[in-house]
Amino acid sequence: MLTLTEPLSAHREQVRDFLMSNFYVPETTVLNANDSLLEQGVIDSTGVLEVIGFIEETFGITVEDSELVPENLDSIEGIVRYVARKKSRMLVDD
Amino acid sequence: MHEPIPLLHDYLIRSARELPDKVALVCGERRVTYAELDAHSNAIANHLQATGVVRGDRVVIFGDNTVETVVGFWAALKANAIVCLVNPLTKRGKLEYLLNDCSPAAMITDGHLRHIFDEPARACRSLSSIIISGEIGDADLAELHVAVRWKRAIIAGRDRAPARKCIDIDLATIVYTSGSTGDPKGVMLTHRNMLTACTSISSYLSIEKNDVILNVLPLAFDYGLYQMIMAFGAGARLVLERSFAFPAQILILIAKEGVTGLPGVPTLFAMLSGLKSIGQYDLSSLRYVTNTGAALPVKHIRMLRELVPAASIYSMYGLTECKRCTYLPPEDIDRKPLSVGIAIPNTEIWLIDEEDNRVDPGGIGQLVVRGATVMQGYWGKPEATAERLRPGPLPGENVLYTGDYCRIDDEGYLYFVGRSDEIIKSRGEKVAPREVENALMSISGVREAAVIGVPDELLGEAIKAFVVPEQGANLDEKAVQKECQKRLESFMVPKSIAIVPSLPRTDTQKLNKRALQLPH
Repeated sequence: MLTLTEPLSAHREQVRDFLMSNFYVPETTVLNANDSLLEQGVIDSTGVLEVIGFIEETFGITVEDSELVPENLDSIEGIVRYVARKKSRMLVDD
Repeated sequence: MHEPIPLLHDYLIRSARELPDKVALVCGERRVTYAELDAHSNAIANHLQATGVVRGDRVVIFGDNTVETVVGFWAALKANAIVCLVNPLTKRGKLEYLLNDCSPAAMITDGHLRHIFDEPARACRSLSSIIISGEIGDADLAELHVAVRWKRAIIAGRDRAPARKCIDIDLATIVYTSGSTGDPKGVMLTHRNMLTACTSISSYLSIEKNDVILNVLPLAFDYGLYQMIMAFGAGARLVLERSFAFPAQILILIAKEGVTGLPGVPTLFAMLSGLKSIGQYDLSSLRYVTNTGAALPVKHIRMLRELVPAASIYSMYGLTECKRCTYLPPEDIDRKPLSVGIAIPNTEIWLIDEEDNRVDPGGIGQLVVRGATVMQGYWGKPEATAERLRPGPLPGENVLYTGDYCRIDDEGYLYFVGRSDEIIKSRGEKVAPREVENALMSISGVREAAVIGVPDELLGEAIKAFVVPEQGANLDEKAVQKECQKRLESFMVPKSIAIVPSLPRTDTQKLNKRALQLPH
């Protein structure tokens, strides 16, 4: 059984770093893993496209149209878990 | 009690009387009936009145597309006040400007926006009432002396709205729009302006009780706001989303809620075009799609035709100053895809030349709009108002000089040619280059800045900035962009920033923006 805890926390930091350097996060905001990025004003309608680009390039996965939903993209935790699911599926498919 | 001459909030009141248990609003997990909206807006209206809001006072609503924003809108009207919806992407400096401009007596907002509204709210002397939904700490709440939590404000006073004081020529809303000078201007709209616009638009879209309208545009944008007003006016249902960031979500919702109407902007349609699996979603409930904000490219028209062949596509055009000017009847879209159509019902349009003479069909001129949708002017800006509102044919009447250049063909169909000012349309939103330039100039190390719009597949126009650094300053594109994000709404932040040694100028030393458009 694959344990994913190590990659999860590393991915969490990668995603957080990407967001902090590419989007505006006010100094007073603590970017919690479960907070909605849209609600925090960190990303907006076209910002999501940059996030998708980052995910595909960094983690080597292809984001399907049907996966463009808030559960997968609207929080650091959501993104990290989505990436983990995709990668474990890719291993199974090999 | 039946009101023979309605005010805007009678749309909600009447629908609540006729269809109390119908779900009026779907917002995330929440489904809210007409009766609930009516009762909750009564409560907030009574609270506003009890905390000092009187007839004609401004109530600012600074929030996302949420149930509270919806309830707050109708509540402020019931309190005989004037509503100002402010885009939740607004940053602190601009919010301060807006509060200073309209001097509100009350503000309705959400806790997650605290880091933006905190200082401006405390500095705003006119505020006697603040209602905050969502999460906010007790200490932070206490620091805003006149603030209470939404759940407190909503408890009492649900049964009856405050006594009605307004008549239909009183102001209902102030909608802020970007101005070419860089300072936002508050478009003043009366109940009559808005009821006229609603009736006209609902009639050509044939909005009725069984419609389910999906709104993914900000309620602070008049296009988004009217989706709610028309839905409630017809006793229909509004499905309210925060944005169109997640295209799959939109398609899922259309299928799940049986959405009949999808109002969009070209950027939304561009995003949908990019989805390969779009054909897999059941979009058969859609009976109409609308577009405004910027011209709908022919390839998007074709995409929509293929995707939802049974739906009517409406290309439309308008200004906040009169809500909407024209619409293209769907049956004409194939033979006149580049036209924005004919005057909406109850509106007259014509073109004038530089000498104020009417222009014949085929010629290009400035568009003038006449009708009861035309604004009362810009709040507190008589000079700017005088540039746009000029005497009409009848004594005491005003018509709107739009500042847009158009052409009318021999069948009376309008074609948009260009703006007289430099306004950029990006993602369907108006962006004043001056406003972005002002923001850039306020960044330390920036000596000069110039902003232009460049064509962009997705955005319509992308914002491109040229920045000249101060002597010795070391500017970095990313850092400048970050500084812009602190000051401006996201859709105003330049997509690209070029750091240049100097800006091109004309012989008379004026900034030569045309030279900036050329590839280099």
